[in-house]
Amino acid sequence: MSPKKVYWKSVAQLDESNEIVHKLENNEFVEKIPVDEFLGDEDSTNQYATNRRDFLKYVGFSTAAATLAACEGPVIKSVPYVVQPEQIIPGIANYYATAIADGFDFASILIKTREGRPIKVESNSDASSMGFANARVHASVLSLYDTKRLQGPKVEGKDVSWNDFYSQLGAKLKAMGNSGKPVVMLTQTFASPTTQSILKKFIKQFPNIRHVTYDAISSSAALDAFENIYGVRALADYDFSKAETIVSIAADILGDWQGGGYDAGYAKGRVPKKDRGKSIMSYHAQFESNLSLSGANADHRFPIDPASQKKVVAQIYAGLTGVSLKSDLNGELTKTVAEIVQRLKTAGDKGVVVSGIDDIAVQEVILAINNHLGSKAINVAQPKLIRKGNNSEIIKLVSNIKSGEVKGLITAGINPGFTLPNADEFLEAFEKLELSVAFATKVDETAAAAQFIGATSHYLESWGDYEFKKGHFALAQPTIKPLFDTQQFQDVLLKLMKTKTNYHQEIKSFWKENVLLEKTWNQSLHDGFLTTDSSIEFNSSYIDVSDQINKLSLSTSNGLSLVLYTKTGMGDGQQANNPWLQEFPDPISRISWDNYLTVSAVDAKEIGLKNINVSNGALNGSYAQVSVRDKTITAPVLIQPGQAKGTIGLAFGYGERKGLQEEMQVGVNAYPFYNNFDSIQDVSIKPADGYHEFACVQLHNTLMGRGDIIKETTLEIFNTKDKEDWNPVPKVSKNHMEYEVTSSEVDMWQSFDRSIGHHFNLSIDLNSCTGCGACVIACHAENNVPVVGKDEVRKSRDMHWLRIDRYYSSGESFKADDQTKEDIDGLGDSLSTFGKMEQASENPQVAFQPVMCQHCNHAPCETVCPVAASSHGRQGQNHMAYNRCVGTRYCANNCPYKVRRFNWFLYNKNDEFDYHMNNDLGRMVLNPDVVVRSRGVMEKCSFCIQMTQKTILDAKLDGRQIEDGEFQTACSNACSSGAITFGDVNDKSSKIAMLREEDRMYHLLESVGTKPNVMYQTKVRNADQT
Amino acid sequence: MYLLRFSLSFIFFFSFFNNLVGQEFDVQAGKKLFNANCAACHKLNKKAVGPALRGVSAKYDREWLYSWIKNSSAMIKAGDPQAVAIWEEYNKVAMNAYPQFSNSDIDNILAYTDYIPPAPVAAVTAPVVTSSASSSGFSNSIILAALSLVFSLLVVMLFLVQKTLKRIAIASGVDVTPPVKEKRPPIWLVIAKNQFLIFLMVIGFLLSSAYFVYGYLMQIGIDQGYMPVQPIHYSHKIHSGANQIECKYCHSSARASKHSGIPSLNVCMNCHKNIAEYNGEEDLENGYTKEFYTKQIKKLYAAVGWDEDNQVYTGKSQPVKWVRIHNLPDFVYFNHAQHVQVGGVDCQTCHGPVEEMEVMYQHSSLTMGWCINCHRETNLKVQDNEYYAKIHEELSKKYGVEQLTVAQMGGLECGKCHY
Repeated sequence: MSPKKVYWKSVAQLDESNEIVHKLENNEFVEKIPVDEFLGDEDSTNQYATNRRDFLKYVGFSTAAATLAACEGPVIKSVPYVVQPEQIIPGIANYYATAIADGFDFASILIKTREGRPIKVESNSDASSMGFANARVHASVLSLYDTKRLQGPKVEGKDVSWNDFYSQLGAKLKAMGNSGKPVVMLTQTFASPTTQSILKKFIKQFPNIRHVTYDAISSSAALDAFENIYGVRALADYDFSKAETIVSIAADILGDWQGGGYDAGYAKGRVPKKDRGKSIMSYHAQFESNLSLSGANADHRFPIDPASQKKVVAQIYAGLTGVSLKSDLNGELTKTVAEIVQRLKTAGDKGVVVSGIDDIAVQEVILAINNHLGSKAINVAQPKLIRKGNNSEIIKLVSNIKSGEVKGLITAGINPGFTLPNADEFLEAFEKLELSVAFATKVDETAAAAQFIGATSHYLESWGDYEFKKGHFALAQPTIKPLFDTQQFQDVLLKLMKTKTNYHQEIKSFWKENVLLEKTWNQSLHDGFLTTDSSIEFNSSYIDVSDQINKLSLSTSNGLSLVLYTKTGMGDGQQANNPWLQEFPDPISRISWDNYLTVSAVDAKEIGLKNINVSNGALNGSYAQVSVRDKTITAPVLIQPGQAKGTIGLAFGYGERKGLQEEMQVGVNAYPFYNNFDSIQDVSIKPADGYHEFACVQLHNTLMGRGDIIKETTLEIFNTKDKEDWNPVPKVSKNHMEYEVTSSEVDMWQSFDRSIGHHFNLSIDLNSCTGCGACVIACHAENNVPVVGKDEVRKSRDMHWLRIDRYYSSGESFKADDQTKEDIDGLGDSLSTFGKMEQASENPQVAFQPVMCQHCNHAPCETVCPVAASSHGRQGQNHMAYNRCVGTRYCANNCPYKVRRFNWFLYNKNDEFDYHMNNDLGRMVLNPDVVVRSRGVMEKCSFCIQMTQKTILDAKLDGRQIEDGEFQTACSNACSSGAITFGDVNDKSSKIAMLREEDRMYHLLESVGTKPNVMYQTKVRNADQT
Repeated sequence: MYLLRFSLSFIFFFSFFNNLVGQEFDVQAGKKLFNANCAACHKLNKKAVGPALRGVSAKYDREWLYSWIKNSSAMIKAGDPQAVAIWEEYNKVAMNAYPQFSNSDIDNILAYTDYIPPAPVAAVTAPVVTSSASSSGFSNSIILAALSLVFSLLVVMLFLVQKTLKRIAIASGVDVTPPVKEKRPPIWLVIAKNQFLIFLMVIGFLLSSAYFVYGYLMQIGIDQGYMPVQPIHYSHKIHSGANQIECKYCHSSARASKHSGIPSLNVCMNCHKNIAEYNGEEDLENGYTKEFYTKQIKKLYAAVGWDEDNQVYTGKSQPVKWVRIHNLPDFVYFNHAQHVQVGGVDCQTCHGPVEEMEVMYQHSSLTMGWCINCHRETNLKVQDNEYYAKIHEELSKKYGVEQLTVAQMGGLECGKCHY
């Protein structure tokens, strides 16, 4: 060993001749620091007015000044009204009944306004036949405060006044009218009787104008079929609460099929009801390609390709009527159809068959089947009038525009420049037209190409009247003065016609003459709706569809089929600039901020497509190139359990680029593939390079046999076995005795006495929860939940207070999964079996479970908070004092339900999160009763304590007891299917107290002993046979 | 003084009145009737809702006036040209009918409206006031001068006595030089050398400075006594003190809402349509003269767009930007209705003696400790409130008390105020 070790810092040091090494041994720097260069020359330093000392003085002074200034509070100004409107009391909300009818969503709703600002949408529960507020309708209030909205009319790209707009457009219309040049008015479906009459008058004055209705998502096939048979262009209405057997062939009855709004009726029949000693519920079978909400809720789901679906329709008809029809369905499907037919025969007039296939023949056969069954669930006498578009008319119109036969086009409420399958060609021709006018709320593709842009008002600033169904009328009234210099389309028409009246007066006089019978205008306006029993006249005792079924039975498919669909959050994409909807996770895929190609696992393997979870847990999907006819796009792929083999799904509504904030320009546009407005297209697919980064909020898709999270059973067991068998309370052992975990004997906590006063509980019925997500958006709106953006969601930092977990079974059913887990024998077996159970089945059972803070009576979060920011109230609510929270996040770690959300950043007034909370306009939607949380603070569901406190205060002010049903939360209010019930369990006669005693009741992770105040009702599937 | 002025005016008034009318009308009774019935819409010298009434008896025939006052709308209906002219001039607002007035009542009122108060009286009394004031000031300074003279004489005398005594002592051989004291170390040195004392003092110093620093830091953000200058000098002292206007007349939303509400200007105009000038007490020391207050009323008129001369709203309004005094942080939910209407808490409990405040200020600290203390001490007001019937009975039995405090009802739970 050498006496002195020498360590070498680098190879260069070995070279003794290296000068740099020598220099460095003596000096810190190789070269002399050129201090003289910048300090040596006194002249140059003197020429600056600020020398070093001055600089330090300034720094010192400004620091001191800033410190002093910080000690003083800001001066806050308060500006009262000059003349306060009688109905406005600052601090008290006003509700107005109005209606949304944007061409895609139609519903009668209530609008909550505070100090004149609309801040929330609620369902109009009195108008149950008028649709209900789904997730998009709930979010529509935020679209009112969209910064991308048009702020005034434009002509040739320049801002003009409305007077100039009228005179210039009027002159042009007149000139074109004089020379007889054909002009087309292309509009959304208004379903508005008054608008209809105004249009009629307008066309009388300008006879060269023709009116054409266009629905971005077409229901033309169903309309044509209904028109062929019943003579009216409308859609049959359904009431699924009257059905015992529901058979759906590709109809997403819980989604947007025929305008949606069927959840409430459907859910009513899905809850087991006692009938002559045993419980009954409806049976629902679904044949489809993409996994839809309806398929997820069905008792039996059959993933088949579109060609087989058409054959199934024909075979069901043949089976029911006894007509002989050749069948080339495979053996299993033939058996299934026979069983379905048998079920329908047994159900008789309580059976109903529906279909969403865009094929007139299918729709005619469906009407014939229901006619044959004498179904009580179908209503053809009062059909829906909310879709009017005619495919062939639109196709003809576009070719006329291209050929120059049509000289002018006026669009209203639509964006054909984006939603037409041949939008590029359309826009090219549209720009060349002699007259191009777009009535729009933002500068979208169509408006950008138009000469005249009429800035139209948001529906919350508008008057309106609608006939949603024959005899079912709704009224819309403005809930705020127009925020910008906008006009309603109808008012512009009236101005162009030089009439003295405005749209409001027109509606009023039309209603007085035609709609109001003994009711008053004010009463109808207050209610927001009016129903009469007027119905259409028809005569069709027998519908002959023999040609159609022969045609359908010969359907074939050429390889892969693309099945286009609408997502629960985005719909037709009108509200793509709405951050609430972008961040809303799709109920099925749980992916936000994207659309994607859904591919079955088998196909994905064959083609070579992959989904991988990367190291931070986020989901990546490979890209694929899909081609339909001559168009090709590259889109990310999601391997979707339940996707029928040989089919690919793709959602509409994404991929728009104009009139959208940069953050919202996500996804790919599916409209170019919507050839002939048929949602089923032949497609070819091949893998493309790279992986797409998804923002998916649920990465674990299966329960892996943990049956105590979602308890479920079958109707048979539910009817015949004791509760102990299918909904046992977990047991623990103490002193070699078994006790139920709920027993006080095994409780290590002292319990609060909650028997006095209110004790809030929330019940979620897994049978009636369809997973529609209206509650998620309602919670966003009520509680000022921030939007965090795609990147943050990908990091699992989403802020949703209420999430809807979706689980797939890894075997045939959840029941089978539980059994598989039970049967595991030994460590080796468990490793391999659990590995397999992580994969969802090809056709899984699906279950939805809304999870919010469970408000545990023995809350694990409360005990670990070092500053007591989380504490318990006597009323059962787990309180969260944001101002007290120091952000240790211990509570979130200790929460078994993972419902606590941490503000990693400041999400308001922060340019990094440029969503509605970052601009004055968007902040108008905030609920003033709920604080906006700051950075570093934990937050979670509060059981809408601001709402329960308000209910209590109202009762105190009136000096009365509170009745059952008065206590509500945002989610229970928004739940149209009645799955979420909220109330006071100390009120023994209340609905919630009864639900607590139900046999189906269980608590989430009951074995943990947290004693939650949220309970779930065991899911019962009517899936014993077939 | 006052007596003198009163009697003088009294005499003057009688002579004047006798000269002018020559009839026995009671001006005092007329004034009373006028204030009770007419003053809401009429002023003597200025147009209000109705015309100015000074000298009205000269403008119209007395019989016509009798019937007009008793029932004006009947006259308008009958088409009396004079009546219709007035009706049209005053925005077609008909005057209230006073059928209860006798002719002599009306005579008394007219006598009052015709009566012009004596101007010279003020001139007579003015010199008296000034002379008395100046005389008292004069005497004060004399006394002060005399006193200072006496004190200076005393000082001189003492000096002389000491000088004399010294001289006597020297003469009698007494040593008057003070004895030389033994030199002791100064006190600070003694203390500095005692380490224990220094230790104690340092501890004491640190503790006391910590106390003051803590005290200073804890008052940051507490604006007790915050008294900002408002765009209109609104005196709660006059409105709610002198005029006894109920708080919730103006702050009416306190009864129903979480906000007490700053009254909108139309509420001010309920009264100020008729009260165009201030005639109450003045506070000359602070410059709150009648003119000052009247100027504030004009500011209100400008803001609300009230054309005083024509008694119409111009429609040009300018909302008043008041400076908010009571600012709770955003994370606190406070509801006025709960406290004022349900709890029956007086406004003064939190806002202090508002009726004595010339300028409004924040009376209470509005800290959480302050809220909680009150919740601990205050009993619920449960009488005649059906809501509390069951819960109060059960809870008071549980806690063994007759009356529950707010805290026992759950008023200390975090989530009741923070959400």
